Amino acid sequence: MTRPDRRSGLTRRAALATSAAALFPATTTAKAQTAPRETLALVERTVLAGRTPLAAGVTLDMPTLSENGNSVDLTIRIDSPMSGEDHVTAIHVLAEKNPFPRVATFRIGPRAGRAEVGTRIRLAETQTIVVLAETSRGTVHRGAREVIVILGACVDGG
Amino acid sequence: MASASIPARITMPAEARRGEIIEIRVLVRHAMDRAIDAPGLTPVPRKIIHTLRVTYDGAEILHMDLSPGIAANPYVAFTTVATATGEVVFEWLEDGGAVYERRQMLTVT
Repeated sequence: MTRPDRRSGLTRRAALATSAAALFPATTTAKAQTAPRETLALVERTVLAGRTPLAAGVTLDMPTLSENGNSVDLTIRIDSPMSGEDHVTAIHVLAEKNPFPRVATFRIGPRAGRAEVGTRIRLAETQTIVVLAETSRGTVHRGAREVIVILGACVDGG
Repeated sequence: MASASIPARITMPAEARRGEIIEIRVLVRHAMDRAIDAPGLTPVPRKIIHTLRVTYDGAEILHMDLSPGIAANPYVAFTTVATATGEVVFEWLEDGGAVYERRQMLTVT
């Protein structure tokens, strides 16, 4: 390992921070971003872990148009027998353009009886909502919906 | 931290037949402060309910991870199979370590 460059007065940490800043220039300057942003693609890759999602079996029930992004109703149903051998283990809700794309994860099991969950989420702007459902057999079901948001959740403190 | 009280509304049947799938809906009063820093807003530290854990008949039946992307006064709906008479225990875990707990009896016939 190289020692810090004393002549220029740069510590190793400062040098790393500078190079990191050069590599990842801030794309959004209006909003203060404290941590590096997790993107939808990144989260999807993490959840999928190399598996190819099946584009079926997910019913994503939410309004096509929302006046208020502070509270958007969302109901998710996954086609699954919910038996001991074949059941949904996790349902992930991801929002493409939210500051934190990973909105919620529901971990359920055969005792749920039905793979059906609901909640209310915040949406920053018009975007795509992605649902990934993992099953006990190792498959992943994927569903996506575009939602139009008139008033985003990010600016008015709601 | 010990279980504190939290204003929560739990909607579920008081009794059910064995094997019946019941729907449980929970709504809890919480601001879900998400530490946004936008012009015109006073920055507040993040304080959200980050986990909801529901236990019934000896096992966890729901474990939900919440984010700042969940609306204030988080609402959650889910289902469970009525297996045995007992308490359904709801636990909300808040940033900072606070845990709020509520219990609801389910009689299975």
